[in-house]
Amino acid sequence: MSQSQPATRPLAPAPKMSAASLALMPVHFIMGLADKPLRALQKAAGIGGMATFFLAPNMLIFSIFVLLPIIINIVYSLTGGTAIFLNERTFVGTDQYAHIFNCSNYLDPRSCQEDAFWTAVGNTFWFVVIQVTLLIVCSLITALILNRDLMARSFWRAVFFFPVLLSPVVVGLIWRWILQRQGLLNYILYPFGHDPVTWLSDRTVAFAAAVGVSIWAHMGFYTLILLAGLQAIPKDLYEAAEMDGTRAMRVFRRITLPLLMPNLLVVVVLALIKAVQVFDEVYVLTGGGPGTATQFLTQYIYETGFVSQPRNAGLAAAASILMGLVLVVLTLIQLGISKRNENKGKR
Amino acid sequence: MSRVTQFIFRRRGGKGWHWTDIATWVWLIGGLIIMFGPAVWLALSSFKTPAALAEFPPSILPYVSQQATVQGYDKPLTLFNATMPDGSTRVLAEVRRVGTVAQMVDPKAPAEIIKVNINQRTPVRSVSFSTENYVQPFLHFDFFRYLWNSVFVTVTATVITLVVNSMAAFALSKYEFKGRNAAMLVILATLMVPLSVILVPLYSIISTLGLFNNLWGVILPTVATPTGVFILRQYMLTIPDELIDAARMDKASEWQIYWRIVVPLTAPALAVLAIFSVVWRWNDFLWPLIVLSRRELYTLQVGLNIYSGELNVQWHFILAMTVVTMIPVVLVFIFLQRFITTGIAGTGLK
Repeated sequence: MSQSQPATRPLAPAPKMSAASLALMPVHFIMGLADKPLRALQKAAGIGGMATFFLAPNMLIFSIFVLLPIIINIVYSLTGGTAIFLNERTFVGTDQYAHIFNCSNYLDPRSCQEDAFWTAVGNTFWFVVIQVTLLIVCSLITALILNRDLMARSFWRAVFFFPVLLSPVVVGLIWRWILQRQGLLNYILYPFGHDPVTWLSDRTVAFAAAVGVSIWAHMGFYTLILLAGLQAIPKDLYEAAEMDGTRAMRVFRRITLPLLMPNLLVVVVLALIKAVQVFDEVYVLTGGGPGTATQFLTQYIYETGFVSQPRNAGLAAAASILMGLVLVVLTLIQLGISKRNENKGKR
Repeated sequence: MSRVTQFIFRRRGGKGWHWTDIATWVWLIGGLIIMFGPAVWLALSSFKTPAALAEFPPSILPYVSQQATVQGYDKPLTLFNATMPDGSTRVLAEVRRVGTVAQMVDPKAPAEIIKVNINQRTPVRSVSFSTENYVQPFLHFDFFRYLWNSVFVTVTATVITLVVNSMAAFALSKYEFKGRNAAMLVILATLMVPLSVILVPLYSIISTLGLFNNLWGVILPTVATPTGVFILRQYMLTIPDELIDAARMDKASEWQIYWRIVVPLTAPALAVLAIFSVVWRWNDFLWPLIVLSRRELYTLQVGLNIYSGELNVQWHFILAMTVVTMIPVVLVFIFLQRFITTGIAGTGLK
């Protein structure tokens, strides 16, 4: 068998190659046409100039759609009125921020002038705390299980990864369909003498559903990162522990957890950053309701700036800058952790 | 065979069932049901008729009540299995219902009317996949338009992302120039600024450029992804510089070096970015929701959300269209999942 292989091997990839190159032919043709003018450009600008040329398109799009918005967002937050274009807006200084922070009692969102913002902040805070905690616990358990000597491990890994790829709208609709009155959950509970209820019309249940659904949708992603971390732990440590007859719980506390800590910290901060911005799947699932029970910060920004009449772009910009500050702090923490991990790896 | 069983039931230590083995399999099977169950349930429901959808308790598979045309009646009548007082069962067609009593006829002898208590009969049903849910939205709603818009946005954005990001990554990895580190830092710093923070100013920029209510307004802000530049640059750094120097000696232009040497060698990373980009752009929701306000421009995600928010939600259509929206992502999952998972595990980026 092994002797016949060298003869057949060169033949096998040939048809695949030609099919691929055939499909790429028009692309090659266009890119080839670009060569002549670009040679002229290279002659004029030099090799260093070509670097600018390669960087330019990305930087241009980037400046217009990312950098510029960051800068003018600050200007927006200092203006008032209902106009969209900056030159038509009136400068109001820090009025928008003063409006947001105008509270008679800082512990009670209802006492604030802009109570919708503080309700959203409160909801987001509790969402972040509960969702991130449960998300990390679920992901860690799953990663630990997937790291065992399992049959068809890549299949099981894929199982938990599946919802990550689904769009937030699809996720929201799937769960709305399950939690509705004639839905699957009521059907499952029916034999236990539970009368059908409209789950999402209850404030607590709707909030719990928002937490649960977002965990369902995202845990596969964090499981993957944790699993990669677990697989990087040297096996001989476990073998040594086994030889010493160390108990499983102790192995976990003394070997797994400390060595996984860098990955765990990164995952926690990533999950925090994601959770602060929670919007789409919950918006499709509950629409922020019932009442304001599942209204979060991004939805507040979206509705203040684009849905409410009259639109209040200044207030939305001010709120988004406050949210941006929280995210910047979280990201800096994450970068700090990654840097420390890298340095540790070097040593 | 015994080796297979041994393999399946392989346990920790191999001596008896440890409790962690049981916990593992409970978690895995539970995960299988919870992760796939909802999507499967949605897909099965999408083949049900509106009447079957309103039923409680719902059936797992889509059933349709059988009907028959009976001589002497204009409309087709619904068939039932009726239990007779003597204990035998007959297939009867229902003419009308008065309170708890159904007036029925035997389809073979339609003259005689038989009265049956409604508790004594069950509808004759068969599994039937109702494809109308899929056909109707394409004919009577704009779903074909939405599908086209989504495909256009996804494909265009992905192609531009690949070209523009790979060019930038090439410049940032293979050239020495002033401000290179600054450019890299700025690109990475914007990872901190998600869309939800710059909604208002981005909207005003799009309006100024005349791209409001334009699919290009959805595409352009998404294509200069910092993630893409980062992944590609890391990969291009591993390509030896000697290769490029050799090409320069052979009088290759910089453009040819980029296109003929660097891009083909970066193919694995480009493939990962392409898959990511397709999934991102296909799933985008908040930004298209803001930029597109005319119905004929909606992408699938926006269209689905608008239809599901209407007062009398037509769930049978919504479910079918949700399944259609899921298809590309499920295909990616089945065939390309391995690339994505290794991509994430390697870079930690989503």
